[in-house]
Amino acid sequence: MSALIEIDRLTKRFGGFTAVDDVSFSVARGEVLGFLGPNGAGKSTTMKMLAGFVTPSAGTARICGQDVVDRPVAAKRQLGYLPEGAPTYPEMTVAGFLGFAARVRGFRGSEATDRVARAMQLTTLDGVRLQPIETLSKGFKRRVGLAQSLLHDPPVLVLDEPTDGLDPNQKHEVRRLIEQMAPAKAIVISTHILEEVSAICTRAIIIARGKILADATPAELSRRGPSLDAVFRDLTMPKDAA
Amino acid sequence: MRAALTVARRELAGYFATPVAYVFIVIFLVMSGALTFTLGNFFGRGTADLQPFFGFVPWLFLFLVPALTMRLWAEERRLGTIELLLTLPITQAQAVLGKFLAAWAFCAIALALTFPLVITVNLLGRPDNGVIAAGYAGCLLTAGAYLAVGAAISALTKNQVIAFVLAVAVCFLFAAAGSPVVTEFLSVRVPVLAELARGISLNDRLGNFARGVLSLRDLVYFASFIGFWLFANAVAVDHRKAD
Repeated sequence: MSALIEIDRLTKRFGGFTAVDDVSFSVARGEVLGFLGPNGAGKSTTMKMLAGFVTPSAGTARICGQDVVDRPVAAKRQLGYLPEGAPTYPEMTVAGFLGFAARVRGFRGSEATDRVARAMQLTTLDGVRLQPIETLSKGFKRRVGLAQSLLHDPPVLVLDEPTDGLDPNQKHEVRRLIEQMAPAKAIVISTHILEEVSAICTRAIIIARGKILADATPAELSRRGPSLDAVFRDLTMPKDAA
Repeated sequence: MRAALTVARRELAGYFATPVAYVFIVIFLVMSGALTFTLGNFFGRGTADLQPFFGFVPWLFLFLVPALTMRLWAEERRLGTIELLLTLPITQAQAVLGKFLAAWAFCAIALALTFPLVITVNLLGRPDNGVIAAGYAGCLLTAGAYLAVGAAISALTKNQVIAFVLAVAVCFLFAAAGSPVVTEFLSVRVPVLAELARGISLNDRLGNFARGVLSLRDLVYFASFIGFWLFANAVAVDHRKAD
């Protein structure tokens, strides 16, 4: 198995504060990595560096062998990224926005149309294709962001809280979608919901204060204590407070 | 270039999807027309040309263009879409260029919509249409110069009001640098700076265009001016993108 994502001693400092501290791991095809941690642990910063949005203070990351610092455009071509909060252009229609994403990724004519149609079908957006995004509910907006990240069928998917703000049915839909795609891709999702990790992830990394505290399968992690919740609390609470 | 044009196309459609485009165009047309006919004394001058119009347009752009650019990057930051835009497989230079081209094309549309003036002056007399064309080219280049300044400043701040005020101030500096008030003052006190001030002045160059003089020097001036500010814009975006 080849590692599609390689994170190599990634570090990010903001002034005197170290948000991500010497983090290394790799994700192979077929793996769904759950990225867990309390708020402010460095999850989003790590994902932003992987997506090439935040420049690392030290270390680097490679997507399909392409260095995100040295060859950012080549790396981004292989990547589908859902930023935290799924930002989209509010005045655009769903079809217009996805059409833009397709054209930026170099798809033209009927191929672009097919890609957009396929992405809308996967995320069940067909019913709202001509609505401006700002008129949509939170769940739909999130799915628009998701559709944008899937459109070019990338080998690597990085999804920052893909199910945040969705109702239980929508969460189920998104999880089913991730499971479907999992065998052909390397997927990283960040989440606060521990049951989600047990449900769809093949592997979990717990991060707090910028450092990796655990890297194991969800089943192994939950065996370390009475429940996954308890293990998570035990690992991430500062020791003096616990 | 293709990626930059895709970004530009989305941006331009964005202007027309919001009231921004209509407010800008209507105010620009009303103001430029009103100023030309009242203060510019279009009929009373008895000359078939658009000199008063070309005199007012740069000053209108001084305020209207920063209003257009203040949201260029600040809005992307506010919405978080800057993270989306810069994680697409395009370079930052392409994103910067795309946004600039969209705004420039928009100014070109606004300028093109002043065509009734050209028709009027052609009906009333026999103007030199070459001079008029040069005047329009000058106005468009001035818009491009102000846009490049405004866009770079917008990339530096999240706050749209700050972006607007700073952009107006910096554009004014370049617009007024060659005015007699400034150059006379400087030539008495610091003669070296007077030459410099005249050299960087936008309005001096524009005056040449309005007289129908298209010279390579002026074109190089505008190209390097816009190029410099776009470069500054790319640096600012790279430096401040994740703040």
